[in-house]
Amino acid sequence: MTETLAAGTSTGTEEVPAIRLRKLTKVFGDTVAVNGVDLDIRHGEFFSMLGPSGSGKTTVLRLIAGFELPTSGSIELEGKDVSAMAPFQRDVNTVFQDYALFPHMSLVDNVGYGLRVRGMPGSQRRERAREALDRVQLGKFLGRKPAQLSGGQRQRVALARALVVEPKVLLLDEPLGALDLKLRQQMQVELKELQRSLGITFIFVTHDQEEALTMSDRIGVFNNGGIEQIGTAHEIYERPGDIFVANFVGTSNIFDAAQAQALYGRADPLCIRPERLRVAWAGDPERRSGITSRPGTVTSFVYVGHATQVRVQLDDGPAVVALVPEKLPGGDAELVNGPVTVSWDDAAVVWLPARGT
Amino acid sequence: MAQQIQQLPPGPPRDAGSVPRAKTNAFSALLHRSPRLRLAGLLTAPAGWLVLVYIAALTALLITAFWTVDTFTGEVSTVWTTENIVTVLTDPVYQRITLRTLWIAVAVTVIDMVLALPIAFFIAKVASARWEKLLVVAVLMPLWASYLVKAYAWRNILAEGGLLEWLGAPIGLSSPGYGETAVILTLSYIWLPYMILPIYAGFDRVPDSLLEASGDLGAKPLTTMRLVMLPLLVPSIIAGTIFTFSLSLGDYITAQIVGGTTQMLGTVVYANVGAANNLPFAAAVSLVPIAIIMFYLFIVRRSGALNSL
Repeated sequence: MTETLAAGTSTGTEEVPAIRLRKLTKVFGDTVAVNGVDLDIRHGEFFSMLGPSGSGKTTVLRLIAGFELPTSGSIELEGKDVSAMAPFQRDVNTVFQDYALFPHMSLVDNVGYGLRVRGMPGSQRRERAREALDRVQLGKFLGRKPAQLSGGQRQRVALARALVVEPKVLLLDEPLGALDLKLRQQMQVELKELQRSLGITFIFVTHDQEEALTMSDRIGVFNNGGIEQIGTAHEIYERPGDIFVANFVGTSNIFDAAQAQALYGRADPLCIRPERLRVAWAGDPERRSGITSRPGTVTSFVYVGHATQVRVQLDDGPAVVALVPEKLPGGDAELVNGPVTVSWDDAAVVWLPARGT
Repeated sequence: MAQQIQQLPPGPPRDAGSVPRAKTNAFSALLHRSPRLRLAGLLTAPAGWLVLVYIAALTALLITAFWTVDTFTGEVSTVWTTENIVTVLTDPVYQRITLRTLWIAVAVTVIDMVLALPIAFFIAKVASARWEKLLVVAVLMPLWASYLVKAYAWRNILAEGGLLEWLGAPIGLSSPGYGETAVILTLSYIWLPYMILPIYAGFDRVPDSLLEASGDLGAKPLTTMRLVMLPLLVPSIIAGTIFTFSLSLGDYITAQIVGGTTQMLGTVVYANVGAANNLPFAAAVSLVPIAIIMFYLFIVRRSGALNSL
């Protein structure tokens, strides 16, 4: 305890990460849920763990919270090994996917619960709970039971309840999953602002790549119990590290090794984002250096509001999706099954390492 | 995600007959339009049964309690009198029996509650899914055996030179013999599943995330139990106590088999229906447990324990 304090004052807290995972492994029966994860999460960072269901992201969160104990490996919280500690001994708090509000307690008792079990006297903890509820705009509902609230309001109560005990790290387990789209987008902004103003480290688990991209300082992309790539939203999207990340984060057009060989003479898979593809409807290829063009046939298109997704089967390549922002030169009947030319800047190509694993 | 739309090849022409349409049915359509008719069709039989068998029988019981028996002919005379009720309430013998019955029922309920809480907790929250099923079956299994078999088994266990004495002898304990303690032990055993099952269901309904949230916020396991688990379990525990309490209150078979000379309200009713042939008095005695249970339910309702959720 004194050591961490001393380290914090002399060298600055950036040196010791808020959370440090080393070779973290969790096995359930004969399933390896988390497989040797190494990860450092910085102080005050909004870190998202993104991945499909079953990729191990929630298990990592539960290991950090202490609801599960690791099979092997270590978890450090501000330089202190907490791997074997019970949840109530760890200075981290969780916002649960189902909010986990106590149904028999009023909002003020729910939010004051963490203070109560730490022995704070009644009047003081009610005062703190009231402030915390005010902060999430629920100050008028102190005496209500959770059942009398909407999903978005419960979500805020859960947030207030976790933050009122001033944790070092806040863990959020898909907290926006049950909300409708508008509310979710609003909460994304509020969460981000809250995190910025409090300066607390947030670890946010989600399977929604858009959510992760908009909110996070850094993202760890999970797959099969391991981390495929760690980076900022920009890095993850623009420079995906492998085929899994390219496919999972955003839409990708993947050319496999053989197809890439035919195009560029290099036998590695490559990926191009749909918004980097251009479609020439007249069949007139662009001819400049640094640009690749391939003929193909339109198979379908989907209008998505700000643009149109055009699906094109390349004559000697894969089926690709191009995002066309301008108005299309015709309707279904004229365009589908028509010949087009798809072109892209060679600089937009991201080479993906063929995965050894 | 790179999605590809695959166009299905046009299927063979469907000439082999189309999917049959649902048949029309005037009666079903009528039921669909009229919720009252639906309700009437659904409830007439069970409601009729309830009125006839339960409520009519209870009313008859209540009325009979105010009649009396002609001591010479042994025939029930339908002259109104409160004599039976007054005897049951004021005669010290019956007061003692009432208090003893009440004590036995309370003791059985408390013992079952203390045993059932950890068992139900283990089944619902600790055991793996596979073990959970097996254990629920194990709890239910004694209910498949006849009540009499279980009571007589306990008679053997408690007998002189029986299992309990044999087990207790090395540590200086002896069997309590046939009597009040034996009745409490046996009834606790017989009614235990009725306490475990509702409490198990109650534990099962409490999401694990609530317990995790409590620990996450800094509560130690015992605090979680006291502040989160128990308040949420109160309705289940009360459901269990209603079973064990009312079943014990009305029991007369166990009292006869292992009770020795112990009299309970049930045995008094039994004696008056059979040997004494005094149905009105039996009816008066049987009103006592009914009154006690109604009083208990009233208290439970007033305490607000059932509307905490």
